Amino acid sequence: MFAVLSPRFRSIENVQNMVDAAAVLAVVTCGITFVLLMGSIDLSAAGVMGASALTVSLLVANNRNDNDLGLLGIGVAVLLGCAFGCLSGLALVLLKVPSFMATLGVSAVGLGVATLMFAGVQPNISDAMLKGWAIERFLGLSYLTWIAATCVLVGWLLQRYTRLGRYAFAIGGAEEVLALSGVRVKPYKVAVFAVAGAFYGLAGVMVTSQLGAGLVQAGSGYDFSAITAAVVGGTLLTGGRGGVLHSAVGVLLVVVLTNGLVQIGVSPYWQGGVEGLIVVAAVAAAVIPQRRRNQVVK
Amino acid sequence: MSVPASTPALEVRGLVKHYPGVKALDGVDLVVRQHEVLGLVGENGAGKSTLLKALVGLVVPDAGEIRVRGEAVKLRSVVDAADHGIGMVFQEQSLVPNLTAAENILLGGEGPGVRRGVYRWDAMRRLAQEQLDKIGSNIDPLVRTDALSFADRQMVEIAKVLRIEQRSQHPPVIVLDEPTSVLESKEIETLFAQIRRLREFASVVFVSHRLDEVLEVCDRVAVLRNGQSVGEVAAAGAVPRELHRMMIGSTGSDDHYHENAAAVVESGQPRLAVRGLSGTSFQDVNLDVAAGEIVAIVGVHGSGREDVCRALFGAEPVTAGEIWMDGKKIDISGTRAACAAGIGYVPAERKTEGMVGPMSVAENMTLAKQRARCAGPFVAPGKQATVVDRWIDRLSIRTPGRDTPIQRLSGGNQQKVVLARWLVGGDIRLLLLDHPTRGLDIGARSEVYRLMRELAASGVATVLLADSLEEAIGMADRILVMNDGRVVSEVGCPAGGKPSPLDLVKEMV
Repeated sequence: MFAVLSPRFRSIENVQNMVDAAAVLAVVTCGITFVLLMGSIDLSAAGVMGASALTVSLLVANNRNDNDLGLLGIGVAVLLGCAFGCLSGLALVLLKVPSFMATLGVSAVGLGVATLMFAGVQPNISDAMLKGWAIERFLGLSYLTWIAATCVLVGWLLQRYTRLGRYAFAIGGAEEVLALSGVRVKPYKVAVFAVAGAFYGLAGVMVTSQLGAGLVQAGSGYDFSAITAAVVGGTLLTGGRGGVLHSAVGVLLVVVLTNGLVQIGVSPYWQGGVEGLIVVAAVAAAVIPQRRRNQVVK
Repeated sequence: MSVPASTPALEVRGLVKHYPGVKALDGVDLVVRQHEVLGLVGENGAGKSTLLKALVGLVVPDAGEIRVRGEAVKLRSVVDAADHGIGMVFQEQSLVPNLTAAENILLGGEGPGVRRGVYRWDAMRRLAQEQLDKIGSNIDPLVRTDALSFADRQMVEIAKVLRIEQRSQHPPVIVLDEPTSVLESKEIETLFAQIRRLREFASVVFVSHRLDEVLEVCDRVAVLRNGQSVGEVAAAGAVPRELHRMMIGSTGSDDHYHENAAAVVESGQPRLAVRGLSGTSFQDVNLDVAAGEIVAIVGVHGSGREDVCRALFGAEPVTAGEIWMDGKKIDISGTRAACAAGIGYVPAERKTEGMVGPMSVAENMTLAKQRARCAGPFVAPGKQATVVDRWIDRLSIRTPGRDTPIQRLSGGNQQKVVLARWLVGGDIRLLLLDHPTRGLDIGARSEVYRLMRELAASGVATVLLADSLEEAIGMADRILVMNDGRVVSEVGCPAGGKPSPLDLVKEMV
């Protein structure tokens, strides 16, 4: 449809643009998919990405300090994301805080940490490798896109071939059964949140590469877009169905839609609202087959 | 360690378990011999499910002991029980629907199927196949569980339970809780063949409501009543009637069902007339209930009687049919319309559908008929107090006060509050009672029966889904038998001319 309405939409450059734009979202969505599979929800992406963006920009070569850790700095940022995920998971299983509240809190903590590190002066990065990720291309696609593709592959392997991934499915399918089978569910829940956090951490690094600077708002809006993408792709919010590949398709759909709206001249001011409508419509469509009278929805 | 063949595989002595207001187990004794299929029967509320839960560590008994091959054990979890070689196939099937059969069979004990958290699908398939081979099943281990039939899923569960053989060096004890309730007759035959195979290398505890099945497959049958063991019989040569008598005990003398208080049914226009009611699980149901009459609907699990009951209250969609109340056609497309027509519904799931646990007795009682306690849009505390206290008094509800959270009351008193919810409006014409005595002890049940009689005498029509056949026969003036979504027969049931349970069972299955 967009291809008909706008000749520019059809161009090779635009396709490249779209795929590149999808990179960060794809990594965030990969992470969030595991949490959604369990039937939990994760709203911590924005905060975790902000913290990781600031961390990485202060650890690689930058204009604020003399650090030049390169890859190690990136690793630390990813680990930080992982730690934030652990925090969400522990709050869920130990303190019994519902996941939406626990992760919302962790998101705020992440933003707070990021703001502290930001300290009023924007750190611009000068690390050639990290900056290069967003610019240099391989087979026509930026390095970031290849990183995202790798993440999707890793996510799919996790989901298909590891106990962690399979138990995430099982927790979403019938958690009581796991308990009745003598499986200790809690460690797996924490681990799933930790894996998701690591993906967000990496996404924060990727945004920093794109912007060339560490911003507190690096992850702003990604939490919601990622849930939209996962749901559009067919991952159920009630857990147990969907998966990383579903979500990858969802990411492409969401990005094509956003890009298409821009190309046919819809004001960017409308886009947030449109995205909101899409997620509600997608969820409504997903639950139609299982709607029951007098079903209680909370 | 070898165990003499005469030592029982499992022995239960004096097991006691209290729940608030109910003594679920009151000194149960049970012996399961090696390589024996033991049947366990009892009415609803006799303590079967609590006993089974105690056997697999889901319930920790207050007193008494469980001995496995002569050795006293404490079972605190399913894993504990599995370590001692006791496993259970649960009534509500306990498989993860979105995993493969292999994963379900190996769940929690994948062994070499998973190395360092990474799945070896070929090993998973092989290990699961070994389990399935034990029971001679040809299910593909890598098929998703929700794509299997009920019968196949049950085979998967049995295969899963047999994994406990690896945890214990001894022949396992397998508990099957109502395994036949969801199966077709041909599938039941397969299951029975399976149980006979299991006997070769295990002991089996078989629980079922269908006494003929129990006698067919078991070696010995133990009977529970009111949380106590009341006896056992050798299955060979025994007849269902004999078991039945043991299950219900002698209730004839003390008029448990208050049959003397049965209301005089007015003839003439029926209070409720249902014509050709059809829905997803029932077809062409016709039903008349007169004012003051109690009509019970009986049928096995899956007969559709629960759905009919809910449909009458507008809580289940209907595709065709008419419902008339006192000669006026009513539209029951939702529960609101049903309430307005003077219909009240007491749901089977009291804790989740019948009451709001943390809310007070007063709030729960006035939930449906707010007008009874309100002046305009506001709650009138004085009015509420008067109304609620009057019903607490009239139904002799034992509660510290009207402001006590309902969840602190005993089951029987909770049920009275739920019942009172429909009475406070003063406009009740038809009561739909869906298992009103489920989970209540004998005394509380008797009180609910008395209330039903009183309401009937005041002209309220009642549709009853009884917890047991005995209850249906004891309480009803008339019984409708449902089978596979249709009403297959109607049996008069007046005081002094009650039909026998076995006659009804014939129609039900």
